[in-house]
Amino acid sequence: MTEHVQTLLDAVALGSIYGLMAIGIGLVFGVLRLVNFAYGQLVMAGAYALALTQDVSVVLSIALCFAVVLALSLAMELAAFRPLRNASPTTMLVATFAISYLLQSIALVRFGAIGKILVVIPQLTKPLTIGSLHVRWITIVTILVAAGVFAALTLFLTRTSIGLQMRAASIDSETARLLGVRANAVITVAVLISGAIAALVAVILPMAVPERILVTPDYALRETIIVLVGVVVGGIDRLLTATLGGFTMGFLVGALSGFLPSSGSWPFTSSVYLDSAVFMLVIVVLLLRPEGLFTRSRRSVVDRV
Amino acid sequence: MRALEDVTVELRSGEVLGLIGPNGAGKTTLVNVVTGFDVPDSGSVELEGRDITAWRPHRRGRAGIARTFQGSRSFGGLSVRENVQVAGLGVGASPREARRRASRLLDLLGLASAAEAPAAVLSHGQERKLEVARALAIEPRFVLLDEPAAGLPEAEIPQFAEVLRTVRDERGAGVMLIDHNMALVMEVCDRIHVLDRGRTLAEGTPRDVRGNLDVTAAYLGESAIPEEGQPDADR
Repeated sequence: MTEHVQTLLDAVALGSIYGLMAIGIGLVFGVLRLVNFAYGQLVMAGAYALALTQDVSVVLSIALCFAVVLALSLAMELAAFRPLRNASPTTMLVATFAISYLLQSIALVRFGAIGKILVVIPQLTKPLTIGSLHVRWITIVTILVAAGVFAALTLFLTRTSIGLQMRAASIDSETARLLGVRANAVITVAVLISGAIAALVAVILPMAVPERILVTPDYALRETIIVLVGVVVGGIDRLLTATLGGFTMGFLVGALSGFLPSSGSWPFTSSVYLDSAVFMLVIVVLLLRPEGLFTRSRRSVVDRV
Repeated sequence: MRALEDVTVELRSGEVLGLIGPNGAGKTTLVNVVTGFDVPDSGSVELEGRDITAWRPHRRGRAGIARTFQGSRSFGGLSVRENVQVAGLGVGASPREARRRASRLLDLLGLASAAEAPAAVLSHGQERKLEVARALAIEPRFVLLDEPAAGLPEAEIPQFAEVLRTVRDERGAGVMLIDHNMALVMEVCDRIHVLDRGRTLAEGTPRDVRGNLDVTAAYLGESAIPEEGQPDADR
């Protein structure tokens, strides 16, 4: 019983991380209609910043991580996204593929293929024991941080004027611009928030996911792909549905890897068939609800009073 | 083919100018040219003596020229109030001022009871009114309304005429009104400009224009064609 609770909590934490990444990807998609495949490389850059400075001091290391990721996000926006503002979504997607592989190659040349061990705050990986239940602190912190980010972002989008303009630009950027909404300002803010979330993920991921303790050039790439699938499955048009999609994928991965047997002879180990199981569910969902798992049916939007 | 040929229209502060004519007369094209959505091959657009022909639409918006569209351009996922707020914020109003304007305009247009509803659920007529509220939220000096009363129940027309007079008298704005509801146009407009196939057919007071039989023929001859479902018929 307690084992199941632990597995579920871990799955919720993994879902929270994927949900955070989905927010970061969904926010930029909203204002730019751009699927940022290079999002994982922002996390990678942040993780390297942490790994290379972790001997100095935790605070400084985390500050540097945020600085690096925010600077890189801004550079992406200025050097790649902005020049491609009027390009087709396909062109923009391919451009982010290029950025992704460029950054991976730079990391490979600069830091080598052998990973660097990263534990940002060792205390957080220790377990908290309640009765027979052992939960690592990072699991709890991750869930709380993700919930906090989601709540703060919801307040930001609904209560602040830049947030309101961001939502308007997400719905119809052309009309928003005609109404005087400064598109570049709104987009820059969205890109920076998205970057800050990537930096946060870079801090949390190596502690929360044991196999992610090793920072390599392709760090967070697998997560990005699964999150992108989750975002599409959830419904990319709205931030909430995209976030729920990301969360669901993370939760599924976490729960399946916990509940499916992880040992045994090949191919009966979860590490082998986990992806097959997850993506089979994805195919089923997309067949049944191609417009997104969490989107309301089209009819309710069209129905007018 | 030229959509407009040798047409000169002047919109003054503190007046309501009606722009009428059959489908394809060039009414929407004229609005597009004035607001910067279409760039004329020749001719110019001036704002208080300044040549603004090369200005982009949003720059004209900040300079005080607002418009509505025939098709719906409201942000369906935002509330009615937020739709109006965004327009105020867009021209640089403070958040508090944008909220104040939104409340005042929703009251003025009779949308206060629907303020918190998502714009997507509005009826066609309400949506037209939201478009007007949003155009007015930039506190324009000139506002061009492209069929704002389409879809409005006949009973609400007098109230809507009152809104236009308020905008003209209290704000001193110049209003250009395109509408097929001739009763509304005749009642509320100070001057009327009649277009037909891209040319000026007549201009003058409603009384002058009504007396012009050519106008009546040109207008009534084609006004039977329903406008609904072909929002860009004039382009």
